[in-house]
Amino acid sequence: MHPAKSVIFFTTASGAGYGMMIWLGVLAALGMLPQETVFGILVFGLAFALIVGGLLSSTFHLGRPERAWRAMSQWRTSWLSREGLAAIIGFVPLGLFALVAIFSIADMALGVVLGLVGAAMALLTLYCTAMIYASLKTIPAWHNRWTVAGYLVLGPMNGAVILAFLLAVFGFEEAAGTMRTIAGVMIIIGLTVKTFYWKHLATAPATSTAGSATGLGHLGKVEMTGSPHDQDNYLLREMGFRIARKHARKLGRIAIVLGFWMPLACLLVAGIFLDGGLPAAGIALLFVAVIACQIGITAERWLFFAEARHAVTLYYGEKAL
Amino acid sequence: MTSLPKTTAKKLGLVVDLDICVGCHACAVNCKEWNAGAKSAPLTDYDPYGKKPDGVWFNRVHTYETTDEAGHGQTVHFPRSCLHCEDAPCVTVCPTGASYKREEDGIVLVNEDICIGCKLCSWACPYGAREYDENEGVMKKCTLCVDKIYNENLPEESRVPACVSTCPAGARSFGDLGDPDSEVSKLVAARGGYDLMPEQGTKPVNKYLPPRPRQDGRGGDKAPRMLEHADDSTEGAGLIARWVDKILS
Ligand code: SF4
Ligand code: SF4
Ligand code: SF4
Repeated sequence: MHPAKSVIFFTTASGAGYGMMIWLGVLAALGMLPQETVFGILVFGLAFALIVGGLLSSTFHLGRPERAWRAMSQWRTSWLSREGLAAIIGFVPLGLFALVAIFSIADMALGVVLGLVGAAMALLTLYCTAMIYASLKTIPAWHNRWTVAGYLVLGPMNGAVILAFLLAVFGFEEAAGTMRTIAGVMIIIGLTVKTFYWKHLATAPATSTAGSATGLGHLGKVEMTGSPHDQDNYLLREMGFRIARKHARKLGRIAIVLGFWMPLACLLVAGIFLDGGLPAAGIALLFVAVIACQIGITAERWLFFAEARHAVTLYYGEKAL
Repeated sequence: MTSLPKTTAKKLGLVVDLDICVGCHACAVNCKEWNAGAKSAPLTDYDPYGKKPDGVWFNRVHTYETTDEAGHGQTVHFPRSCLHCEDAPCVTVCPTGASYKREEDGIVLVNEDICIGCKLCSWACPYGAREYDENEGVMKKCTLCVDKIYNENLPEESRVPACVSTCPAGARSFGDLGDPDSEVSKLVAARGGYDLMPEQGTKPVNKYLPPRPRQDGRGGDKAPRMLEHADDSTEGAGLIARWVDKILS
């Protein structure tokens, strides 16, 4: 599948934003959410900016962005519709939660409830996003449970790394320590999920073949000897994207090292520095963790699209998928 | 509404005979011709007279070669268009309700006035039947020539899809595949018409008829497939022939 920049940015950015929101809700429930205005404006502001920026960028790839509101109407059958609705509805608890947490407009007990409801809506939205991909039978690389697991884990993982950094910057030691632990655990889960995802891709039996696509399989090997068109067309541009195996392996390594191992190492060493009275070095390392994580997850998301092969390619020379 | 109808009164569709199709692309061209002026107009072309012409087509003709274990090959021309699936995944993924399946005849259409151009339906279709129009920003697809088959301004015999009426070989048939007594249903039953990618669970309405088995052309009284190599021996040849052979060799 063609890895469209807008969609890659949308899923990584809104994933990180929702991830931050989920942990802010959890911190509130644990009684650890610092109620300081500047910090509050910054973290909630960043989380909202990531979510809204992501959603906006996802409308850029529409042919008719001015009609985007119509996308909310078919929630009975369409995961894309459900995602839009979940995102819009989620803004209510998340927005109120932010107001309570930053400006103390109500009791924090209510804030905790709003935060947890918001966190649930954030998870639900991530789940809907994942299901848009996982529900497509035409793309076996997406049509499996590791796709859903990946989206549910990587967003919160990324959000946790970002929060661990921001909490350390503001010197909220206890909350920062908790977030480092959470982030570390999420990274290990994330790495496990992605490892299983890639293993699944490498070993899953073929769903469809050139033989079943043409129904000529009983005649033997099926090869296309004449294409309907000798220039590119929409189908090939959108769904016929191919990535060289060698690049896939290299990018896979970049995703694993920068997305998981490096942030994990940075978190561990940063913990030692922060506990040992070297806050500047610790914060610098956490910053490296944040940046590495962004690059790694972007590479992961790019591969998620680039490696996925679509059933229509069977008509254009692909043997099986 | 992107919920699929439970049943449709008719199942209008096409039957494509792969034994007859000669790969002339006439159906693809006439499809383009009709639809460039019909419901889905314009059927955009990008760079039509330039070096890289490209555009929206609803029907594409591929050519495949099959090779069996004995190395015998067969060429099959293969037109590919929307199959108007009963369980059309392109319809249920649509977030706007622009994609729908008609209850009265089962035709799958796009309402271009509300399509947002998210392209998800083209991802959901296994058969590559939907093509996005970059200029219009909306998705387009085969309409089963809905504006031709019901068109009362046309003589009755012309009320069939453009690709069907134009096929010079008669490889395409149109009719109600939900009615077991229709001509197309009988044809499918007689020739073992089949579904493309049944494992995708789309339940296509359109059916394909398999190419008939080929005679392999070896042995028997058939003409040899290639020239036998020249005979070196002069055994059995006449006197003059043997004499000429001696001089020449
Ligand atoms: S062939 Fe594709 S576009 Fe046509 S109804 Fe089936 S899934 Fe939809
Ligand atoms: S491109 Fe249009 S018809 Fe297709 S799913 Fe999106 S809104 Fe529906
Ligand atoms: S039925 Fe009409 S729109 Fe569909 S492929 Fe044939 S000519 Fe084209």
